[in-house]
Amino acid sequence: MTNLIDIKGVTHAYKTPNGPLPVLNNLNMAVPEGEFCAVVGPSGCGKSTLTRLVAGLMKPDEGEVWLHGELVKSPRKTVGMAFQNPVMLEWRTILENVILPLEIVAPRMSKADKTERAMELLALVGLEGFENKRPSELSGGMRQRASLCRAIVHKPDVLIMDEPFGALDAFTREDLWQTMHALRAKEPFTAVLITHDLRESVYLGDQVIVLSGRPATTQFVLDVQYPGDGLRDLDGLYTPECADMLHVLRDQIKIAQGREPEEAH
Amino acid sequence: MQTLKKIAIPVLAISVFVALWELLVWANGWPNYVMASPSDLPEAYARFWNLFLIGSWQTLWRTVAGLALAVFFGTLLGMIMGFSKIARDALYPLLVGFNAVPKATLVPVLALLFIGQHNFNTVLMAFLISFFPIAVSVGIGLSTLEPEYRDILRSLGASRITIFRKIALPKTLPEFFGALKVSATLAFIGTNLVEIISPHGRGLGALFLSGQTNSNYPLMFAVLIALAVLGIVLYYAVVALERIFAGWAERPQH
Repeated sequence: MTNLIDIKGVTHAYKTPNGPLPVLNNLNMAVPEGEFCAVVGPSGCGKSTLTRLVAGLMKPDEGEVWLHGELVKSPRKTVGMAFQNPVMLEWRTILENVILPLEIVAPRMSKADKTERAMELLALVGLEGFENKRPSELSGGMRQRASLCRAIVHKPDVLIMDEPFGALDAFTREDLWQTMHALRAKEPFTAVLITHDLRESVYLGDQVIVLSGRPATTQFVLDVQYPGDGLRDLDGLYTPECADMLHVLRDQIKIAQGREPEEAH
Repeated sequence: MQTLKKIAIPVLAISVFVALWELLVWANGWPNYVMASPSDLPEAYARFWNLFLIGSWQTLWRTVAGLALAVFFGTLLGMIMGFSKIARDALYPLLVGFNAVPKATLVPVLALLFIGQHNFNTVLMAFLISFFPIAVSVGIGLSTLEPEYRDILRSLGASRITIFRKIALPKTLPEFFGALKVSATLAFIGTNLVEIISPHGRGLGALFLSGQTNSNYPLMFAVLIALAVLGIVLYYAVVALERIFAGWAERPQH
């Protein structure tokens, strides 16, 4: 199987008044088609820069980003993005918010088709009946659900998420994790998820990439073997298998932060 | 019931204000050449109603014309400053300096520049005095747009114009209307300034001046009240436009 995302030896530095600030250093990453890749790492290690590179919003100083066998040089229509801030357009209804990418990517699509497509997704995430509400009338979790619908409404090859659940309370977050699995079951897509939550990375990810401290490089890759067959349930997070994976990740994060890992358990 | 309340409360407040004014004049025993009382005004309106109508119309259309120019050029200037940091750094001190100049000092300058063009001068002054808040608010609104808003469209390959039309423009509308409310009253002041200061003026300002030269004090006060009413009308016209175009920004009231 070929990789949908291939990041090869990417190095990048931001220009600041105090000289260049290196954020990525020889970073490598490969995500096969249909896989869910979670990326964790210490704060400020350049994870958001990574999302902007994959989206084609910026070019790396060195190295290459390949998407679907093509070198990424500029933004492409085949990505969807979701952020910690749901970035809802307050002057549009939820339905109109979800339709937004279609207006750019498929301007010729009829209004009825756009609506049908958006409604299909809204139903999937449990927002049926809220399509004509304004974002300000919805809770944070519901806005984030709408934001996810908007990110995949145009059937992108890659869904790029930058801590989309970071600002939600623990229970809402778990709900959204399950929504994420439900969405993937119906609408297969390749995903890159930036997160600070190790449990989230294990529950959602097929692989978890640990980045080192700034400048970030690929420090460790965990192949997630989630307990149970196929469908992941939240209870699985409390099994010894998951506990082991979480320990491994925790130790890697400590190394990334420049601390010694605790004694092995 | 709710709408009745909405109308009754301001009407009551105005009635109280008028009553207090009347009481103040009566208690001090001021003659109407010191301070006219509300009861002096109906006579002034009855006698000069046609002048009031003509004057109000002249004042209103020139104010609105000046305001329209301010909206157009203010938005344009705001867009330039919002999108280019160089333009922002270059224009800000100039604009602030210009705004700090008392506009009354510009009346003779304009009068000399465009001799006899009374309408033009008045509209120009209304424009000059009122474009600043619009330019600043649009400029700030655009330059403080969160990058995520831009990124969701930019990652789809949308052009700068599309991003401006679909996101930046509607997102700055609430700030724009906030500024427009300030600008509407400012434009009004600009118009009156020219009408009152320049000789052979027109509009309500000129009517005020003729009241002064003829020592008709109730007429002067009647003009002031008429100006206030026009100001209120203009302000609420802007509020109505805001409801239509930026009503989404209003939080539901509980």
